[in-house]
Amino acid sequence: MGNPNRSKAEKGLMRWVDDRLAVTQAWEDHLSKYYAPKNFNFWYFFGSLAMLVLVNQIVTGIWLTMSYNPTAEGAFASVEYIMRDVEWGWLLRYLHSTGASAFFVVVYLHMFRGMMYGSYRNPRELLWLFGMAIYLLLMAEAFMGYLLPWGQMSYWGAQVIISLFGAIPYIGEGLQEWIRGDYLISGITLNRFFSLHVIALPIVLLALVVLHILALHEVGSNNPDGIEIKKNKDEKGIPVDGIPFHPYYSVKDIVGVVVFLFVFCVVVFFFPEGGGYLIEAPNFEPANSLKTPDHIAPVWYFTPFYAMLRAVTYPLFGVDAKLWGVIVMGGGIAVLFVLPWLDKSPVKSIRYKGMISKVMLAVFAVSFVVLGVCGALPAADQPSWLAPVATLAYFVFFLAMPWYSKIDSTKPVPERVTG
Amino acid sequence: MKKQFIALLIALMPMAVMASGAKVHLEPFEANLEDKASLQNGMKLFVENCMGCHSAQYQRYERAADDLEMDKEYVVENLIVGDNKIGDHMTIAMSAEDASNWFGAPPPDLSLETRLRGSAWVYTYLKSFYVDPNRPWGVNNKVFPDVGMPNVLENMQGVQVCKGEHCEEFELVKAGTMSAEEFDTAMYDLTNFMTYIAEPSKMISGTIGRNVLIFLAIFFVFAYLLKKEYWKDVKSGSWREKH
Repeated sequence: MGNPNRSKAEKGLMRWVDDRLAVTQAWEDHLSKYYAPKNFNFWYFFGSLAMLVLVNQIVTGIWLTMSYNPTAEGAFASVEYIMRDVEWGWLLRYLHSTGASAFFVVVYLHMFRGMMYGSYRNPRELLWLFGMAIYLLLMAEAFMGYLLPWGQMSYWGAQVIISLFGAIPYIGEGLQEWIRGDYLISGITLNRFFSLHVIALPIVLLALVVLHILALHEVGSNNPDGIEIKKNKDEKGIPVDGIPFHPYYSVKDIVGVVVFLFVFCVVVFFFPEGGGYLIEAPNFEPANSLKTPDHIAPVWYFTPFYAMLRAVTYPLFGVDAKLWGVIVMGGGIAVLFVLPWLDKSPVKSIRYKGMISKVMLAVFAVSFVVLGVCGALPAADQPSWLAPVATLAYFVFFLAMPWYSKIDSTKPVPERVTG
Repeated sequence: MKKQFIALLIALMPMAVMASGAKVHLEPFEANLEDKASLQNGMKLFVENCMGCHSAQYQRYERAADDLEMDKEYVVENLIVGDNKIGDHMTIAMSAEDASNWFGAPPPDLSLETRLRGSAWVYTYLKSFYVDPNRPWGVNNKVFPDVGMPNVLENMQGVQVCKGEHCEEFELVKAGTMSAEEFDTAMYDLTNFMTYIAEPSKMISGTIGRNVLIFLAIFFVFAYLLKKEYWKDVKSGSWREKH
């Protein structure tokens, strides 16, 4: 917008708007004069990719809603109507269903990036908390969306997850009924999940994304070296290691977007079921409250936490195993929220942390993947010790962090960004 | 960079783990949606043999006629069941209540059967009926034990009995109207058609997908060159004079 080649009329119009709403100011603050560290690597694509997937979900969602019928009687048939009779309906549906999984892929990688480079550390704690809130909401959004096709796995997956609330003492039973709006999952549940999935949660999600970005632009982006570029500015007040987000990162992100879309479209056009992991086979049968599928597995992005839930099989301190399972699973998510206050290391980035921190981060990554695999497989098809050990490893990474991050050796952090 | 790709691979691993295998050995089946003759024969077999009891309630006759390159008049005269019109879904007249009374359970709609159970499962199932006097219809199925369905394919296939303690093999004790090879081909065609009706969009999604990927590959070249051009300013630090 600072383009000197603009005509007089354009300048006049822009000034007229700017006098009434600071559009140019916002453009500069968030894009053309938002200075991002120049050393972003591969891992820094996933934030903008998450935005892309969000837009994909909203746009395809709007069009799916035009033909979807949110009733127990009509939902399943309306999905097949979209797949067959709606122009490009199959593509809209696969973009949306694949987009849900893609969202979690990019969000998990985005979060792992933050964990590697200490992006959650001071002054970015609030940024991390907004991000975690987005993640939590995304799980609710995905869970409710998964009920809408009204297939067998939609129904029984929801049944399993809602029944978790039943483990809460005293209020559990009532809480389940309150969520379902009925004594069992029914058309009433479907209607309210539809409402929440297409209106309530997306509104909050979008608001949180705005807050996440505003909080980011307030403090500035972290980078693979975990050093603050704002501490070293030139005479014009521009960080010496910063470059304007637009055009430099916008053109770079386009490359990332194209690569992402390539992989995404391979799945959308050729493997939309993802080997039964993106769309589960039992979901091709309409929901039936009288017939339980042989093996109920949540969609892959929930399986690490589902494995934690199943890993707990002993009652302890007078609390039954199911409630412990729910506590452990909830704790597995909750502990991520407090991560900024667990890390006591004097350096942010894994590059300058010592061997203990590196090993622990690897332990975390492996345990999360192992839990994901465990949660996807029937309990009988895996060694019974595996999920409990992986759960333990997952928690040790977080809960022992205040100790090991303090005693671990560190390397000197450079003054300027590297690479 | 290498380490990062390995980390990415690990992160994607849960998606690659295949679903646990079926209990019964299934015969391999690969659908061929290009083979219109096979699909047309499959539709004929489906209408003649399956649609006495099963519907394909999400599939329209007209869509099948278009996709399978069939003459619509031929479809109207030979394949439409009951009073249906060509634009109608492939439904049947039998009520679910009657069906429950006759077979113990209503015969399921078959529109999505191959996506629910897999094409290989359907193909193997169709060929796995054997004589079992303990069952109401005198037959059982190796893939779907104690199934409520009679062997409607018996006149084509002939009569099969089990050999071995766990029914390792079948033996044909009475020949049908088809040879073993002819029957295999017929069941291939039928399963091929059922694979088609489960996801008719597969007819076009492959071609569109290929074109989209080609477009993205070409776009990548330009996107990459654009990035490289802009980033010359970053490498040299000259962007500071421009801004």
